[in-house]
This record gives sequence, C-alpha cells and structure tokens, in this order.
Amino acid sequence: MTNILDGITKAFELIFSGDPRVYEVTFRSLLVSGTAILIAALWSIPIALFLGTRNYRGKLFIKGFFTAMIGLPTVGLGLILFLIFSKAGPLGFLHLLYTPTAIILGEAILITPLIVILTTRAIEDVDQEIKNLAKTLGASEAESSIAVLREASGGVFLAGIASFNRAVAELGVAQLVGGNIAGLTEVLTTGIALETARGNLELSIAWTIILLAVVFGITLATLLIEAYKRRRK
Amino acid sequence: MTHLHTWQKMLIAAAIIVSTIIAGTLIYFRYFARRRLVISTTTSLYETGLLNEIEKAYEAKYLVDVNFISVGTGIAIQHAQNGDVDLTLVHSPTLENTTLTQGYCVDRKIVAYNFFTIVGPQSDPAGIQGLNVTEALKKIVQYGRNQSITAWISRGDNSGTNTKEASLWQKAGYNYSTLSAEQTWFINASQGMSETLLKAEEFSAYTLSDKGTYLAYKTDNRITLTAFITEEYLLLNVYSAMAVNQTLHPTANFADAITFMKFLISDEGQQLIENYGKAKYNQSLFYAAVQPLKQDSPQPYVQWMKNYAFFNGTECPPQYRTAGTGLYD
Repeated sequence: MTNILDGITKAFELIFSGDPRVYEVTFRSLLVSGTAILIAALWSIPIALFLGTRNYRGKLFIKGFFTAMIGLPTVGLGLILFLIFSKAGPLGFLHLLYTPTAIILGEAILITPLIVILTTRAIEDVDQEIKNLAKTLGASEAESSIAVLREASGGVFLAGIASFNRAVAELGVAQLVGGNIAGLTEVLTTGIALETARGNLELSIAWTIILLAVVFGITLATLLIEAYKRRRK
Repeated sequence: MTHLHTWQKMLIAAAIIVSTIIAGTLIYFRYFARRRLVISTTTSLYETGLLNEIEKAYEAKYLVDVNFISVGTGIAIQHAQNGDVDLTLVHSPTLENTTLTQGYCVDRKIVAYNFFTIVGPQSDPAGIQGLNVTEALKKIVQYGRNQSITAWISRGDNSGTNTKEASLWQKAGYNYSTLSAEQTWFINASQGMSETLLKAEEFSAYTLSDKGTYLAYKTDNRITLTAFITEEYLLLNVYSAMAVNQTLHPTANFADAITFMKFLISDEGQQLIENYGKAKYNQSLFYAAVQPLKQDSPQPYVQWMKNYAFFNGTECPPQYRTAGTGLYD
C-alpha cells in the first residue's frame, strides 16, 4: 500500500515538475487521437447520412456489420494493419509503417464503426417532419442534409466523445503500427506499457493519471457544452 | 455526368483529404525529415535504457534520426526479412545464422555479451547454491515435483530468453514442451522479463533472467530474489547487429545502418556499452565484445563466445560481408 501511495505522490511530483517528456507524449497522444477523430468523421458522417436517411436493400446487413465492428479488438486491427503497411505487404510502398500517420489512420479505422452507428442512430431519431419540411420549403438535397445533421448534432457530439476516448486509450494499434518510437510515435498507452516493463513506475503512473484526466476532462467538457446548448434552446 | 448525392460528394471529399495526408507524410519523410535509421531490437537491450544512451551519443555526431522498435528476437528478425527496418540487434545465434544463410541480412557483427542468470528465493529451498546450471535445473525439477508447489516460472513467449531456457532444459536432459505441460510446479508467465520476475517473486519460485532486467529490479528493491548461478558457458548471452540485405530491399537505409554499426564497435560505442549502468548497479550490465574478440582475452569468455556465437570459425562468414572495409579489420 505504501508502495502505491509513494508511486502516486512521485507521479504527481513528476507531472508538476514540468518534465518535457511527460508533456511531449501527452501532447502527441492528443494530437494523434484528435486527428484520427476528424479523419474518421470525414468518411463516417457521409456513411451515416446514407444509412440514416435512405432505404436500400442490405441496409440492415451494413448496419449489423458496423455494429459488430464496434467491438473490434485493437490488437487484432493493429496486426492486420501491420501486415498491410509492412514493406512486404500490399501498401508497403507507401512507407507508412512506424509513422504517426499510420497510428492516425489505424485509430480512425478503429473508431469508424462507433461514429457511424451512433450518428446513424441520431439521424434516424431526427423527426421525419423536419426532413420533409426542409424539402417542401424548397431546400436542395445538400441543404436538407445539413439541416438533418444539425438536428442530430447531439448524437454526433456523443459519438465524438465516445470515439475520442476509445482512440486515446487504445494500445494495440499504436503499438503495432507506431512501434513506440521515442520522440516520434510514443503515445500515452505505449509509453505506459514500456515504462512499466522498465520498472519506471512513477512515469507510468503519471501518464495513467494524465490519461484518466484527459478522458474525464473531455467527457465532462462535452457534456457541459451540451447542457448549455440545450438550455439555450 | 450523373447527379451525385450529398453523402457521395462528402465521401469523395474525404477520400481526397485522406490521400493528401498520406501523400504529405510520404513527402515529409522523403524530403523534409532527417534521414531515418530504423532498428528493430530485442527488449532486454531497450528496456534497460542502454540504447537511449547510444542514440543520444550517435545523433549528436550524425544528422540521422535513429528509431528503435523494441520487440522479441523472433519478430525483430521478421522485421528485417520484410524490410521494415534497416538494422537489427538480437541475441539468438542460431536464428542469426539462418537469417544470414537465407540472405535476408548481411554483415553480422558481435557487439556485446553478458550472462543469463538463474534467480530464486533467498532461502534457496531447492538447494541449488554452488551447483552448475544443469545440476541446478535437475534439483529444481525434483523440488517442484516432490513439493507440488510452484517452483519454476517460464517466460513461455518464444523470446530469446525463452529459447535459451528451452535449450538449457534440453542440456539438463528434459524436454521443454513436456515440462511446461506439467501441472502445479511449472508455470508459463507468457509475458516479458519484468512480469516474469515479479511472478517469481510472488510465488517464491526460480526463473531464468537476463542480467540487466534482474539487476534493475533488484536494485530498486522491487524483488528480493537472489541470483544463484552466473557466468557459466551455458548461460552466455551474445548480442549481434546485422544489416538488412540491400539487394533484397533496395529502399533500406543500408549506408546509415553500416555507419551505426561502425559506431557501435568503435571505442566510443564499446565504452558506452561497457559503462552503462555501472554507477547505478556497481557492475556492467553488458560487456564490450569487440576488443576481447580481437585480443583473445579475457579467457575463458572469448573462447565461450567463439564456441557459442561463431559460424564456421568467424562472426560473419566472408560471403555475407558486403560493406567493404571498417567492420572486420
């Protein structure tokens, strides 16, 4: 018990000492996962718009597929991407393995199902009236799509938090396609794994505290913004 | 042109943006970033922190970005075969020999050595103090089978250390896979060295450890295990560097790989290896190998190294030497 308390105390000392490595890795983690969300949103929102507003054959199958993919094990996805990005693999010519871009793409793929499903749900919940109204008022297809997305923004926001938390807290993809290279692809989770193996527990605990603070902080901030917006309505 | 739906336009935009990002990464690393030298390495070298020191010293001298990927010896060599790295630092002479023969790597150079050690509870319940490795392993098996309590923790993860363990069991007259199926006294940690040491501590059991990880944990008072058997031929651990074959992987950074290798075997590099951790642990974690091999001393270590890690009487048979001068003279 004293060991744990001692470790936590030292971890806090480390956090407030301004050790550059503590912050560098934290900053990279936020940047990588944040970019992953933006990229995933780029392709997930149109997919959700398609799934949520149209009726096609096989729609149930596609939705089922994405729903199942939410539980994709990160290390499994990491392995698949490693094999694809490896120089011996099909996309080896892109030289993406062991770059931050590889982690960003991997995490974007990882959270795509989550964003697609949550956003589709939100779009489906938008009142049919609004969809029809926009059209009867003579809105173009693009304008009515934007109107629907705006109505569904609460759900899209929630998808954002959930997927950011999953991206920033995952280890498998970052480890396998990032390689935990110091100063280039070391992020919070891979750093924690390495420093624990090195017996450097203060640093692992410090990063764990930061990771928890990030996850809690972002969730809280998003919920507060949501509540504020709802009250203004 | 057919009319496109909004979601289709959005998807096309997404595809364009993602392609731009990928192209940007390519261009950045090709033209703007410092040259990269990617090295796959065994965990024991990286987790002790030695390679970080070497990286600092090297990057201060050369305008190259050295990137280490720390993995088990098996996958480190796999990386070299795929061409995902430029250089590999490993500790499994048999695997290294195969890699050279198959043509995936060239220019092997022995850079350092140390010893594995058998550690166990201070009270030494199996009574292995003062025995040689094979005798000690026999005692541990006897003790475990008779007492039906956890007596041995195995890495069980196909790492370099695990391979060494399997060969030690064989030398002692046992079959590793048969033993690891035996209940109660034999446990597979299926994890890295540090986790395995912590398990041995928890169960008051014996295990095989590399010296570096053991000393780090012992000095930090995280374990009370004692090292019983050290510095014996069978426990020798030899680290080598090999460059990826550039005829097979023309995009590999062969020139920098050889420069890095030359730095490792230079007096400065060898000093770094020999002195690493001396202040903290009161002894070297790794010993320099280059001068000893040249001067044939200290014995019997050099002879052991030659018996254990030389192929046809040399660290790298001439047909696998491609880098010209500077490595083997």
